[in-house]
Amino acid sequence: MTLERSSRRPRRAGVRRAGVRRPGRHRLALVTVVVLVLAVVLVPLLARLDQQLVDLRSAGLPPSLAHPFGTDEVGRDVLLRSIYGLRVSLLVGLAAAVVSVVVGGLVGLAAGAAGGPLDRLLMRVVDGFNALPHLLFGVFIVALFAPSATAVVVSVAVTHWTTAARIVRSEVLSLRGRPFVDAAVSGGSGRLRIVVRHFLPNLAPHLLLATVLMIPHAIWHETALSFLGLGMPPHLASLGNMINDGQRSLLVGDWWSSLFPGLLILVPTLAVSSLAQHVRDRANPRWRSELNL
Amino acid sequence: MTWARIVLWRLAFAVPLLLAVTFGMFALAKASPFDPVRQYLGERAMVTGPEVMAEIRANWGLDRPLLEQYTTWLGNLLTGELGDSRSMRLPVAQVIGERLGWTLLVVGCALVVMLAAGLTLGTLAAWRRDSWLDRLVTGTAFTNEAAPVFWTGLLAIWVFSVTLGWLPAGGLTDAAATTVTLPDLARHMVLPVLVLAFSQSSWLLLFVRESVIGVLREDFVTGARARGLRERTVLLRHALRSALLPFITIMGARVPELVTGAILVESVFSWPGVAETTIKAALAVDFPLLAALTLLATLAVVAGNLLADLAYTVADPRVRVLGVS
Repeated sequence: MTLERSSRRPRRAGVRRAGVRRPGRHRLALVTVVVLVLAVVLVPLLARLDQQLVDLRSAGLPPSLAHPFGTDEVGRDVLLRSIYGLRVSLLVGLAAAVVSVVVGGLVGLAAGAAGGPLDRLLMRVVDGFNALPHLLFGVFIVALFAPSATAVVVSVAVTHWTTAARIVRSEVLSLRGRPFVDAAVSGGSGRLRIVVRHFLPNLAPHLLLATVLMIPHAIWHETALSFLGLGMPPHLASLGNMINDGQRSLLVGDWWSSLFPGLLILVPTLAVSSLAQHVRDRANPRWRSELNL
Repeated sequence: MTWARIVLWRLAFAVPLLLAVTFGMFALAKASPFDPVRQYLGERAMVTGPEVMAEIRANWGLDRPLLEQYTTWLGNLLTGELGDSRSMRLPVAQVIGERLGWTLLVVGCALVVMLAAGLTLGTLAAWRRDSWLDRLVTGTAFTNEAAPVFWTGLLAIWVFSVTLGWLPAGGLTDAAATTVTLPDLARHMVLPVLVLAFSQSSWLLLFVRESVIGVLREDFVTGARARGLRERTVLLRHALRSALLPFITIMGARVPELVTGAILVESVFSWPGVAETTIKAALAVDFPLLAALTLLATLAVVAGNLLADLAYTVADPRVRVLGVS
């Protein structure tokens, strides 16, 4: 026990030192996330132009002061469309993340709280779902149920609830052994009461973090499906659709109509994972998410 | 003995998994609002009488109950009969047979590049921890993890094909070519292979780095250094070797990501492999082809896990002695 402790200590110290050296990193990430969320929420109020406005006279313009991200092949402003695209992607990602964490949380709670054969069965199901290539099953589901936001949300949720299920189950298992749960049981609390009053409040931070971490991943899935022509309806500005549209312009050298929508996937993903890293290190260095972004 | 037990243990998990996956696919297809007969007829569906449509439906067996359709498909599968692709009007086995080789070629080459680059850079970054090299390598890897591979692929096309004109933007051969020649194929392979390898190497690199850093702190490494062994020997023979053990298992578990990467990379570069065909089948809602390809991908995942387990027994004698858990 002592040996293990002494081997762990330098590592945590290392993390702290790295934190001291780069103090602004998570703040920068936080500012990025806040700015992007504000932009996405406020864009309908602030924008002077219509995002669907086709202006063939200004088609394929490179980035300039009037159009900071340039214009696409039919003259739509790429910056404005990218932000609308991020809005769509973020909404879909949020919905998918919430659905998968709720479903996964319920399964994990059931497995952890019930234990025994039910636990074993549910965990085998989780293993099974984890063995599937996620994107391929997303493709399968969306293909059979016509491309739409609902199909994308369902396809992401069906393949990603397992992460939350595992986190919640292991957390419940550790909670079960705590003295306050023993005290509640000896005090005569029923299963339901223990779950609601003792498990859920302790699970809340984990669920929240799992949801936040899931959002970029869900956005990735939405954009990948849309890029393949299997996601959001093609007329809608979503980041994946835009990159897909930009493919044609790219081949004649107009790099901006694909580059910037992609950056709007990359930057929030980096910011969220950097924030999550910070929260994790501060809140509980022991707890590591299964989500690798 | 141990090998047989590992194989049996994996099969005990794989068979129910494959049954569940295939049955799930049929259940989804049944629940789908999509009507393959109407799609098959196209515009003719307007002028085709309902009795003719019912006849086609009966011919395809679509009017039977779900369980019967499924068991028929499963029975045919066991005899090697995969049915016909509805969109390509070809036997599914032929479609897959023609394309599987191209996918394996790209994925295989990408795996080699990824292993070489990931192991080298990961070890170097761990060895010179916190140096500029380490920061550059880990920074790139973290950014790359967050970047969608289809976007990286497009940027690579923009840089290397459109701007520099060094490499072709996609396809298997030049449009004018009638046969596949080796130099032409090699030129077309470079970008897909490198992009796939690059996108898959970042997790490997970060993993190797983390693992080697952990091992470099162990007593036996200090011992090896104290015995006066050369730094290279310590790093490669002692640290890297034991850092790689967990990596074998993780490698096997990464097959799903490899499938995902192959799908996206083949689509970006119009590579005529099975992964790109999957997307074509999905866009055309070609159920027989899509089902066979999904099954193939799941088989690849199961095989990956099995191979990783077997490789582990070779690499770590303790597993052979103690058996699998």
